[in-house]
Amino acid sequence: MEWNWSYVWESIPLLLKGLLVTVELTLLGSAVAYVLGLVLALLRRARIPVLSQLVYLFIEVVRSTPLLIQVFFIFYLLWPALGITPSAFLTGVLALGIHYATYTSEVYRAGIDAIPKGQWEAATALSLPRSRVWTGIILPQAVPRLLPALGNYMISMFKETPLLLSIGVLEVLNRAKEQGAATFQVIEPYTLAGILFLLISYPSSILVRRLERRVGQL
Amino acid sequence: MSDSTSNIISTILGGLGATVYATVGGIALTIVLAFLAGLAMLSRSRTVRFISRVYVEGFRGTSEVVQLFWLYFVLPALVGFKLVPLFAGIVVLGLNHGAYGAEIVRGAVQSVPPAQREGAVALSFSPAQRMFRVILPQAVVEMLPPFNNLFIQLMKSTALLYFISAGEITEKGELLRPVYGSQLVLIYGVELLCYLAIAVIITIVMRVLERVLSRRLGRAAPKRQNVWARAGAA
Repeated sequence: MEWNWSYVWESIPLLLKGLLVTVELTLLGSAVAYVLGLVLALLRRARIPVLSQLVYLFIEVVRSTPLLIQVFFIFYLLWPALGITPSAFLTGVLALGIHYATYTSEVYRAGIDAIPKGQWEAATALSLPRSRVWTGIILPQAVPRLLPALGNYMISMFKETPLLLSIGVLEVLNRAKEQGAATFQVIEPYTLAGILFLLISYPSSILVRRLERRVGQL
Repeated sequence: MSDSTSNIISTILGGLGATVYATVGGIALTIVLAFLAGLAMLSRSRTVRFISRVYVEGFRGTSEVVQLFWLYFVLPALVGFKLVPLFAGIVVLGLNHGAYGAEIVRGAVQSVPPAQREGAVALSFSPAQRMFRVILPQAVVEMLPPFNNLFIQLMKSTALLYFISAGEITEKGELLRPVYGSQLVLIYGVELLCYLAIAVIITIVMRVLERVLSRRLGRAAPKRQNVWARAGAA
């Protein structure tokens, strides 16, 4: 079989449509992961006896088991059990968000632990309310240093979205698969899908590395 | 135990072999490629550094699932023969995680204090002796915690072999789903327990290795930790 350029140009619009879905999944999934991760990190720190242990167990179980199974779990078990039928796209956003929240929660935890004790003591001395300590002192210092790590997880998430083709999300790889099935020519669409991933994730990781260097100088 | 329950459990456990094969094979290939590419990135030759960079960035930049599809569906169209699914899976898992592992190896070798290298030079060790007797034994201990995370990542990725029907746990579970739709809790529960068990075993093995190797270096053994608490973020 030979590489067919006209077929390549034909496939690109369809693949770009899929890429848009992939990017949407990544951005929405990251938003869930960043917010939920912070909630998990704070819940783990909160001195509520059983709850913090349960959160810890949840984080370790989700981190140590495959995302693909979590997708199936939500799609085939959780939704029917709740009696609702959200779209495959929404399932993907939620599954990615929850899975990566367990990673980002560790990032937040490390960042919060790195804040010097003196900052807490000063806040106590000023008798600031607890919520003010977090929003005014701790998080504004911790979060900028965490941005590179959070960015890296967004890039990993981007590269994991193709597994959502298993529940029918029309992202890049699924579009490539469709194209291949329609024409019996698989070389071009699958190769293009790989190139599209490289074109986005390589520059992004260079940007994150630059950010890392800048944060290192803080 | 009812018939369907035992049927579900035995079917899923039937996939455990393929999952373990893929994990162990993938880890073996990862170690080889990580050391080759990681040391190549520190080479004096520009060409060698460039080639290993291309490998590392290429495999880290494209998605693992896309690589799997490419190897399994595109390669046969190009070369005319199809790989056995499990073998194809091991190759992709190894190539992909080897690229991540290369950065771990490079970082660990670079983190060995320069005085160690200078000391070896002063003792007029050959470059090979310097690497294998002085630098690497110290670097390897540093690599173990990040490799632990990487291997668990790899183990989780074996679920992707579902896409090429390699007969592992996830695929077995999905084959059961249409038949035993009312027992999904059991199906996914057994699958998750299998993956968790493998993750714990990997962590235990890596911890033991870390203790043994650091004792050999004459360093204090790392503190005992809960097996659940993996060092640092992945």
